[in-house]
Amino acid sequence: MNVRLILFAGLRQAAGFKNESVALPAEATVGDLLDKRLPDLRGRTFYVAVNEEFAQRDTVLQDGDEVALLPPVSGGSSLTRRPIPPAPPARQN
Amino acid sequence: MSPKLFEITDQPLSQDDILRRVSRPDCGGVVTFAGNVRGSTATVEGSRETDFLVYEAYVPMAEKMMARIGDEIMERWPLVKAVSMLHRIGRCDIEEPTVLIAVATPHRSDGCFEACRYAIERLKEIVPIWKQENWRDGEVWVEGPRQPDLDVSETK
Repeated sequence: MNVRLILFAGLRQAAGFKNESVALPAEATVGDLLDKRLPDLRGRTFYVAVNEEFAQRDTVLQDGDEVALLPPVSGGSSLTRRPIPPAPPARQN
Repeated sequence: MSPKLFEITDQPLSQDDILRRVSRPDCGGVVTFAGNVRGSTATVEGSRETDFLVYEAYVPMAEKMMARIGDEIMERWPLVKAVSMLHRIGRCDIEEPTVLIAVATPHRSDGCFEACRYAIERLKEIVPIWKQENWRDGEVWVEGPRQPDLDVSETK
């Protein structure tokens, strides 16, 4: 399967590219993608979104997914510190 | 077509515009917040001068997350009738607004002040927008504090 990888801001700068298509075996996870394509980012703090929803290392990818690597945004305050927002109902595909 | 309530744009932001977006016949209280580019930041070592900022966003997700903040606000402050959040991308010069937020309620005691504060803090937590500070002799992408529940950089 193929997924679309997109990088932003400082991560884009560090990796030296903005987006590309990556071929992965079926059932591959976000972690598999990162280990395969961006091993140098290991240890650097960043977040991942799959199809515009926050995801984790063990999120399983599907063909055609858009995987975005997001540097930490500038941070809120204790006023709002809450868990990440719930994702909407499961994807159609 | 009515204008979007949650929008990332490369065009200058206008207070009049966002006020129109949240205006409702049943709302007598509107609170707005403007986040402007600071040209001079006081630090312990003295003032630090910024030339300009460049903003980058993951546009579709940013608009989706801002809309979700709107939903969170409606849930927490049920008297809020309208929320709008607009954010610039691209180059922003000193004193220009980079973000505008407006919250409308029937009366001023119905949560518009609190909801507006919540909106800007929450935006800085979950909306994928980044700023690059530019000085006379360089630039840097500003990154916020690590949120452990989102960090994927290491196996947990």
